Amino acid sequence: MRQVTSAFVKMPTSLIVGIMLTSLFLVAALVSFLWTPHAVESLNIAARLQPPSGDHLLGTDHFGRDMLSMLMVGARTSIAVAIVAVGIGMGLGVPLGLLAAAHRGGWLDDLVMRGNDLVFAFPSLVIAILITAVFGPSAFNAILAIGIFNMPVFARVTRGSALAVWTQDFILAARVSGKGAARISVEHILPNIANVLIVQGTIQFSLGILAEAGLSYVGLGAQPPLPSWGRMLADSQTMISFAPHLAVLPGLAIIATVLGLNLTGDGLRDLLDPRLRRQR
Amino acid sequence: MLSYILSRLVALLASLAVASVVIFVMIEMVPGDPAAFMLGLNAAPDTVAALRAELGLGGSPVERYLRWVTGMVQGDFGISYTYQVPVAELVAARLMVSLPLAVMALLLSTLIALPVGLYAASRRGRAGDWSVMGITQLGIAIPNFWFAMILVVIFAIQLRWFSAGGFPGWDAGVLACLKALILPAVALALPQASILARVMRSAVLEVLDQDYIRTARAKGLSHRRTLTDHAFRNALIPVLTIIGLQFSFLIAGAIIIENVFFLPGLGRLVFQGITQRDLIVVESVVMLLVFAVILVNFMVDIAYGIADPRLRRQ
Repeated sequence: MRQVTSAFVKMPTSLIVGIMLTSLFLVAALVSFLWTPHAVESLNIAARLQPPSGDHLLGTDHFGRDMLSMLMVGARTSIAVAIVAVGIGMGLGVPLGLLAAAHRGGWLDDLVMRGNDLVFAFPSLVIAILITAVFGPSAFNAILAIGIFNMPVFARVTRGSALAVWTQDFILAARVSGKGAARISVEHILPNIANVLIVQGTIQFSLGILAEAGLSYVGLGAQPPLPSWGRMLADSQTMISFAPHLAVLPGLAIIATVLGLNLTGDGLRDLLDPRLRRQR
Repeated sequence: MLSYILSRLVALLASLAVASVVIFVMIEMVPGDPAAFMLGLNAAPDTVAALRAELGLGGSPVERYLRWVTGMVQGDFGISYTYQVPVAELVAARLMVSLPLAVMALLLSTLIALPVGLYAASRRGRAGDWSVMGITQLGIAIPNFWFAMILVVIFAIQLRWFSAGGFPGWDAGVLACLKALILPAVALALPQASILARVMRSAVLEVLDQDYIRTARAKGLSHRRTLTDHAFRNALIPVLTIIGLQFSFLIAGAIIIENVFFLPGLGRLVFQGITQRDLIVVESVVMLLVFAVILVNFMVDIAYGIADPRLRRQ
């Protein structure tokens, strides 16, 4: 317990800023389920392209929809897609990495690692485009496409960190007491590499937000009427000369979220890995 | 060294084989018959069958796969359904846009990132270092297509220095073409340069901790000479790997950026292929892009092996 409190005292500034930025958008996304300033489904052409006012804090878009409400619901889409994609990557990648580490040097290890190299060699967006071309554009297929490319990242990080833990004495003790490789992986290896996985998860989360925005921007992600930051940017493109705020606001939302997550990831790494702290 | 190259070559061919199967199977899963799609609803069944044979859609999937692969090896990528010209011709024309764009972006990001990273490392922990780290942190978070839109607003709409999009074609002169590619290249280069500068910084810092740097300093070499002669060159090895890895992101980014600027490159070709259900184009261009990425990674592996003999023994 003492360790935990001392860690919080030394919490890096980047972590504080990161968590604040990230939670701002998490809260906005959660609140949007219960309440938005205006309904995002209601079109009001008469009130289109309005500048910020008391009624519409961030103005309105080309259909007269409230920009703040759109951004809040868009946050929900981006965050949901990214979280599920990271979940898929972790859910498949971590067991594969543990398996590879448990059978270090064996054919299973080889198979997992060569498979990883292969997925890595694929330009992810190109394959995402292929997936959406085959199965049709949707938020679900965007999740699938991003998730698949998270898998090798987690498998590799898991294997690398797990190998280091396998050499520890307490693992030897567990083996002597008769535990099998699977049990050791779950009961002893996993808790000891959780730090690294959390940090990597944060980074993949931010990459997922960027990827979702890119896919939605080119029309392969979330489909209308579901608002998404990437789609808002695509819609704004033809109006950019007379309504730049339509392009600037969703962009800033993406940047702030990604920045927040990256700062959180960096901060957590500093906090959880004392060796790195000494190096700086 | 020869056995190292051979082992990498085997890996390269294996990757290509698996990639081609994956792409082929995915395209096979696409619902609908391209021949029926092209001829419309009122086409007679025998006309559709004739077109299917002409397009090379007959035979079992294994036969079609083998025909596709052998064709590609010989430079025959099939005939585009919609353009009615060989896909190879389409690709060659589009490469004339995509390739210069990729090269410009890569050059730009490397030329910015290496000096900036070296500078940050030389000012470790001081104001110069902190500002580089802050700016690059921001650069990583900015989506390149959004940055592209902002560049258009500032430099094309407000200042009118560049056109907002389109490509004049190489007949219009090299300068006009390069000018059309500047904004897209800058948009592509920004996130790449941010990542690369950070990698360069940590690579240089790692080298600076080595004993031979202390020796160099002890024998009287100046701080500046130590940086340029020892730190810079040794830091290039990890940086090279990242440049190789970034190539795949560059291709992905280029697909989106080409759409922002309406550039007639490979990326737009893929999108047109998808919307027009021109699957032979999608299939071949995707395979080509994957081939490019796998090839670059192979070359990075080889370069790495030349630079660091220890790796060859793996």
